[in-house]
Amino acid sequence: MTQNINLTLKVWRQKGVQDKGRFETYEVNDISTDMSFLEMLDVLNEKLTLEGKDPIAFDSDCREGICGQCGSVVNGRPHGHEKKTTLCQLHMRHFNTGDTIAIEPFRARAFKVLKDLMVDRGALDKMVQSGGFVSVNAGGAPDANAIPISGEIAERAMDAAQCIGCGACVAACPNASAMLFVSANVSHLALLPQGKLEAAKRALNMVRTMDACGFGNCSNERECEAECPKGISIINIARLNREFFKAGFFSHNR
Amino acid sequence: MQLDGNIPSGPIQDKWDKHCFDLKLVNPANKRKYDIIVVGTGLAGGSAAATLAELGYNVKNFCIQDSPRRAHSIAAQGGINAAKNYQNDGDSIWRLFYDTVKGGDFRAREANVYRLAQISNNIIDQCAAQGVPFAREYGGQLANRSFGGAQVSRTFYARGQTGQQLLLGAYRSLCRQIGMGKVEMFPRRELLDLVLVDDQARGIVARNLITGEIEKFAADAVVLATGGYGNVFFLSTNAMNSNVTAAFRAYRKGAFFANPCFTQIHPTCIPVHGTYQSKLTLMSESLRNDGRVWVPKTPGDKRNPSDIPESDRDYYLERKYPSFGNLVPRDVASRNAKEQCDMGKGVGETGLAVYLDFADAIRRDGRDVIERKYGNLFEMYEKITGDNPYDTPMMIYPAVHYTMGGLWVDYNLMTTVPGLFALGEANFSDHGANRLGASALMQGLADGYFIIPYTIGGYLAGNSLEKVTTDHPAFRESESEVKEMTNKLLSINGKRTVDDFHKELGHIMWEYCGMARNNEGLEKARGMIQELRDEFWKNVLVPGQEKDVNQSLERAGRVADFLEFGELMIIDALNRQESCGGHFNEAYQTEENEAQRDDENYSYVAAWEAKGVGETPVLHKEDLEFENVKLTQRSYK
Repeated sequence: MTQNINLTLKVWRQKGVQDKGRFETYEVNDISTDMSFLEMLDVLNEKLTLEGKDPIAFDSDCREGICGQCGSVVNGRPHGHEKKTTLCQLHMRHFNTGDTIAIEPFRARAFKVLKDLMVDRGALDKMVQSGGFVSVNAGGAPDANAIPISGEIAERAMDAAQCIGCGACVAACPNASAMLFVSANVSHLALLPQGKLEAAKRALNMVRTMDACGFGNCSNERECEAECPKGISIINIARLNREFFKAGFFSHNR
Repeated sequence: MQLDGNIPSGPIQDKWDKHCFDLKLVNPANKRKYDIIVVGTGLAGGSAAATLAELGYNVKNFCIQDSPRRAHSIAAQGGINAAKNYQNDGDSIWRLFYDTVKGGDFRAREANVYRLAQISNNIIDQCAAQGVPFAREYGGQLANRSFGGAQVSRTFYARGQTGQQLLLGAYRSLCRQIGMGKVEMFPRRELLDLVLVDDQARGIVARNLITGEIEKFAADAVVLATGGYGNVFFLSTNAMNSNVTAAFRAYRKGAFFANPCFTQIHPTCIPVHGTYQSKLTLMSESLRNDGRVWVPKTPGDKRNPSDIPESDRDYYLERKYPSFGNLVPRDVASRNAKEQCDMGKGVGETGLAVYLDFADAIRRDGRDVIERKYGNLFEMYEKITGDNPYDTPMMIYPAVHYTMGGLWVDYNLMTTVPGLFALGEANFSDHGANRLGASALMQGLADGYFIIPYTIGGYLAGNSLEKVTTDHPAFRESESEVKEMTNKLLSINGKRTVDDFHKELGHIMWEYCGMARNNEGLEKARGMIQELRDEFWKNVLVPGQEKDVNQSLERAGRVADFLEFGELMIIDALNRQESCGGHFNEAYQTEENEAQRDDENYSYVAAWEAKGVGETPVLHKEDLEFENVKLTQRSYK
């Protein structure tokens, strides 16, 4: 049943990259339990605007859990405490009246805070640019059914390809590692015949770029898997490690 | 001005091949001398930017999000059509062409649609080569499913995330070109003006959404792939940042806007549940394969659905359309849901919803079968509503989903401004008055991978373009206009927020220019929008600074454009005194309440030329010739 609840929010406010930032406390009342978390922040922002204060900057776009643009750390957990949920799909029925909720940006050395809850995740794109693709130009592709791919392999590739690039895995990791993100990309393409040819180069280049961007190493904490809104499995990290070692030992690209 | 679609002569199946041969070419060594701006990174923009760079052009690509991987194409669920006929069920290019023209209620250009159907097959090949993990049969062949408006299985899919996988395919190709230095990527930028030099599109002025700086970019041609305008309704299935600003500012600079009143209302969305709501979520059309739509027979029946016996339920789609039942096309299903709710039979707290019931399907096929087919959708529904659709019927209601109107383009996808091209949902060309399911992805990728790479070469080779830099006075002029508007928005300091105005506009549009329209309501809405616009410019409250992250300012600019664009939609709807597809004027319906076209008087594309704020735009007509399909009245009885 729909109810209205009252909450205390402790929100991270930071003017820009150089600013140190701090928590500010806000009271929000009569929040419908049917609202999404971001709609609750919309309500607060409307109130702040009318009070002549600066609204909280936060990213969101599709608000249906697929674009990967939203995301903050809610009570210490990226995208909040519900399993396999992006922040835009977290609903207020999972909170109780009187709760205090702490909201802060995804934190990692590779993600600068731009303002308030907004971060720069450009490093994720950089890693894909360094090799997370199949080198094929438009035009001249063979018939799509010319290369059969077993249903099972296609499903496993799809499991990895579901990554929405939100960066929750990085924010969850004590080392701020991007291994789950990179491994999803590397696994998806290495599993498919179309991506196999470049598998070695892809693994080496993406891991190198990951290091260069300032992401940490993987120490099997499994926090990434627990927080991933799409349930991407750390099996992919095992697959990335295999691809990386294989490439390191046998590839001409090493 | 006489609108010329530049449709090649000859039989329809030879037009595109002939045209490709006739188009002038830019030789490979010369391509690197040209700069091309692509705005947008969805299926159309992303695929265009990548492909133009592969050919050797220097591309500057812009997007509003923090990464080119997030454009709203990503949210498309169901699939992508292609005339592969892998299922051996009688599909062909000709059939896909025919279904699309008919589904569009005969308001699309034949030659464009035929080309789209031809290219559809290349798209599937291209995406498979990029590693898009399409669904496969056990033997390794691609799987297909069927979709509304077609009697063959021609829809390719990747679970319920086809848009995501196709977009990420284009994104990876784009990333490769960025890595190679052929595409310069500008994320978090918003186009605020198109710059013309000697009446040709030669650049853009954009705002850096992080620093607030106004930045200028010059090029030899500009490609807009900036999506649709569904957010004029405030609530739609579009993303929060989707807007009409890029297309609208191009319209102001001389690009004609075609058929703006053609909007698609999707029948199966999660209903509105409060005034705080920020967006609506679609539930895939595929659910209607197994779900039964019903309302209580008696208005005001507030019993729980499980307490309402069969005898007190009205399965109105099955009753009214015995042969198509729950699978009538989107526009018909949407209008019927509205009609039931208008009669007071709507369900849920607001009375603006109908049931979509899976109880019979679960009894018939078992819960696991239904879970395999729709599990992720049921999960998504439960996340949003808190109700479990395995136990209680879903509640659904129509919502704005896609806009068929857009910038007018010729066969080359060029607007009425030379050197300005429009792709994907941003143009008007292929879907007529109603788009069929799984055709948006097809069109976006056809435009980007396989059409613009040819036609833009024809334009560049056929014109001698002088070098233009951002020092040209036209850029400075645009920049100062943009800054003036920003300053004005920030200085009004009124009492109502941007969202407050946007919600009111959306309410007017939904009420009077939504699923069903009438002349009286449209006239009234036009006055209301004018008043609201006047109030906006006197009473809007935009906090913050120009040179900073300022999301209120971003939205204010977009809403300012929507306040003018909404009026253009009304003007177009008033002009079109017929009903067709997504445009349903209550005065023009058959005895069975279907849209009644007037082919004699309205078989044309309405392209509007801007005349300034508050001035009535001028109508230009492009007559539609149907040489290959016979115009018929659609019936789904």
